[in-house]
Amino acid sequence: MNGRAGSTPALADVAERLLTSARRCGATDADVVVVEGSQLEVAVRQGNAERVKQARQKHVGLRVFVGRRSAVGSSADFTADQLEELADRTVQLARTCAEDEAAGLPAPHVLAREVPDLALFDPGLLEVDASRALEWAGRAERAALQADPRVRNSEGGECSIHTGEVYYASTAGFAGGYRDSSVSLVVIPVAEQDGAMERDFWYAASRHLTDLPAPEEIGAKAAARAVRRLGARRVATCEVPVVLDPETASSLLRHLASAVSGSAIYRGMSFLAGRLGERIAPSFVRVTDHGRLPRALGSKPFDAEGLPTRRTAVVEEGVLRSYLLDSYSARRLGLESTGNASRSAATAPAPAPTNFFLEPGELSPEQIIGSLTRGFYVTELIGFGVNLTSGDYSRGAVGFWIERGELAYPVHEVTIAGRLQEMLLAIEAVGNDLEFRRSVVAPTLLIGKMTVAGT
Amino acid sequence: MSDTQNAPVPRLLGTSPIEFFSRHFGLEEPVLIQGLGTALARKADYADLYFEFRAVEAMSLEDGAVKSASRHVTHGVGARVIAGEKTGYAYSDDVSIESLQLTARTARAIAQEGGAAPTLAVHVPPLTHDLYPVAHPPIEIEAERKARLLEEIDTEARRFDPRIRNVIASIAVEHKLVLIFTAEGRLVGDVQPLVRLQVTCIAEEQGNRQQGSYGGGGRVGFEFLLEDQRYLRFTRKAAEQAVRNLSAAEAPAGEMTVVLGPGWPGILLHEAIGHGLEGDFNRKQVSAFSGLLGQQVASPLCTVVDDGTLPFRRGSLNVDDEGTPTGRTVVIEKGILCSYLQDRLNARLMRMPLTGNGRRESFAHIPLPRMTNTFLLPGEDDPDEIIHSVDRGLYAVYFGGGQVDITSGKFVFSASEAYLIEGGKITRPVRGATLIGHGPEVLKRISRVGHDLQLDEGIGTCGKEGQSVPVGVGLPTVRIDGLTVGGTRV
Repeated sequence: MNGRAGSTPALADVAERLLTSARRCGATDADVVVVEGSQLEVAVRQGNAERVKQARQKHVGLRVFVGRRSAVGSSADFTADQLEELADRTVQLARTCAEDEAAGLPAPHVLAREVPDLALFDPGLLEVDASRALEWAGRAERAALQADPRVRNSEGGECSIHTGEVYYASTAGFAGGYRDSSVSLVVIPVAEQDGAMERDFWYAASRHLTDLPAPEEIGAKAAARAVRRLGARRVATCEVPVVLDPETASSLLRHLASAVSGSAIYRGMSFLAGRLGERIAPSFVRVTDHGRLPRALGSKPFDAEGLPTRRTAVVEEGVLRSYLLDSYSARRLGLESTGNASRSAATAPAPAPTNFFLEPGELSPEQIIGSLTRGFYVTELIGFGVNLTSGDYSRGAVGFWIERGELAYPVHEVTIAGRLQEMLLAIEAVGNDLEFRRSVVAPTLLIGKMTVAGT
Repeated sequence: MSDTQNAPVPRLLGTSPIEFFSRHFGLEEPVLIQGLGTALARKADYADLYFEFRAVEAMSLEDGAVKSASRHVTHGVGARVIAGEKTGYAYSDDVSIESLQLTARTARAIAQEGGAAPTLAVHVPPLTHDLYPVAHPPIEIEAERKARLLEEIDTEARRFDPRIRNVIASIAVEHKLVLIFTAEGRLVGDVQPLVRLQVTCIAEEQGNRQQGSYGGGGRVGFEFLLEDQRYLRFTRKAAEQAVRNLSAAEAPAGEMTVVLGPGWPGILLHEAIGHGLEGDFNRKQVSAFSGLLGQQVASPLCTVVDDGTLPFRRGSLNVDDEGTPTGRTVVIEKGILCSYLQDRLNARLMRMPLTGNGRRESFAHIPLPRMTNTFLLPGEDDPDEIIHSVDRGLYAVYFGGGQVDITSGKFVFSASEAYLIEGGKITRPVRGATLIGHGPEVLKRISRVGHDLQLDEGIGTCGKEGQSVPVGVGLPTVRIDGLTVGGTRV
């Protein structure tokens, strides 16, 4: 099949009909998000096509208000009677909820007046079929398998392509939509030596095909990452400086993004609750959320409540300047929305980062590593030992021991632990290697002291 | 407009999945045969069709009031064609005769041309078991009853301790109908209820803020939450954890003896060995357990079972998502690795028996070998004796999540409630910490196994390759002679 053809009624039409139904069923206000898209996912393993998955999907999400009571509902069925039923049942559900003073749509004057083109859609991706995607995945995996004799196995190369459309409309007076796309390529090689196996991966993702690096480059990098882990050992328990590579530093930024989310703040489920205006990091640390970077993975022209997206300084000169807010969490906190409302068709809006990043510094990663007589360079973190309410942080880590400014040997089966509020204050250096490989990113970071638990 | 108040899915109830999909989507036998025939028309080894209807209702409380509620309905069809090691998959949220044909044709593109479509006949096998009969499907429960339960939870938590500042409680109920039609002509349906209650309490004292979470459920009716005031017990557990964390000391760092309490700490088995025994990783020889069948991977005290047939359990299924009846698989017997967990693709390629572990998140996902309820059989030791036997160590009784690197075998799981053991006694509570170990080694260090096997309360969700499925775990009290505890105190 050509998975891209279809007979979905225009998204705007679905949204309008649903808003009309919701009002007729008794809603005083409502908003609707309609998403539609097609997906192609392929996998190649050891040179053979292993998986081809294709689909086209659509979904509509409705939020209704009956006075100060609200509920959400969703459906994948766009027929008239199903939309009517969705409206009716969602309104009924709202009536069972308690009144909430903070509930409601954003005020009309804060809604976006225009929908800028942020170059989020690559029409060329509509033309990519399974055989082309398989070829890219195959080239990436082949490059990994040929990079080093110790790479003898693989969990494969995978290519995913998404093209879609988002439409949002509300009774507050906003209606608008945009198309978006993404393509990603990942390779997961397995290296082997002396009977021990190590896997690692490398990936790239972008909105435009032309922004994706050559498949061979991704494969070679994945192989190098797997091979360098061979011969890993444990280290004795100690306190040392820890260098997070951009991948693991990005995971720290994701924790920070969750901790400044308005919903965690008003619930008291963040170690940063009530700390607006306070110093939370050294003065050279700047963290920004930017929803309008052209072609970036986290960009969108307006948020899930119709507010314009924007640039928000979250941490400036080490001081916490702003939370990430949607209109509900903003009302709860007596603040203004920052245009960070996010929702899928099947969830209520909640604040989420757009492109959220720690601004790069001056030093190269080599200079940061070179500055340490002893330390731990972390390249992978696993597990869920992060408590945003208390700030307690403890995760499984893989990486390299640093001795006299050099990476001495690979390390595994250890943890790194600390408290997020102390880790942020202990940032001693920020790398110059920021890349927008995903929507929440950071450059290499040096944290002055953490506990490494091993033998 | 519908006039049926508070009866969320009235048309579903009392019908079998076969009748349901036939009545609402026109999936009569000839349509199914034609669809599967299309999928099998090339040189394919296997094909199946998976139809799904799912309704989920959730309600949550915070600040003492029920402030949000949601209801989501999804349905769709997934068509799969297998040729050798290749899988073609297509899915659609449009369940109709036309989309079924299109989906089947897309899925078969992976197979070479030139096969002959087989003659199919529909065979409806009797249900092997009926593990979750519920008198009243939980999706039927009136919103008002759920709201009242949540309000009682709020009251109970705040009454427990004045330091409880906020309570966030949610209840989610699911009603799922599946219909699976396989290349052997087997037509299998199942109705799968699922209930989950989650309570989170925030405690605060002089600027120190801590949380505690607890919950449970299963493939049960709503009454399950009320039995013996289970919902209030969950609430007190969450509140107690939050308050206790206010005075918890730094967790220790380094390798030490660890005693795991019964029940949910069985997440150890799920991460340390369960994933490593899934057929796909072993067929591809990328698991730390690859090639270890018949070898000792645990102490002789350890017998580990994956059992999808436990009545009313969150991890249980009458049939897996490929239509295979679930079973009880002994994966480790007295320390010896004796079986992998299989789905259809990997069982066929490895020439091993099906174990009923082929699961998928939804119609939009390809089945994978997954765990169901995974647990360690009880031993003979007294749990208190096990704690007394430790001079210095950690006693961990509740956990957040875990994760494993299948290939290297390194796994983690994060304790959210733990205590120091000093001189054979439980002394002080400590802050949350991650425990890390090596899967093929850790069970060899189990030196004591208690007689107190418990299964978890019904909260587990397992993620693999982007697919989430409900699972269960279980454990008696065990002593592990050496595991790295990732605290901060050196």
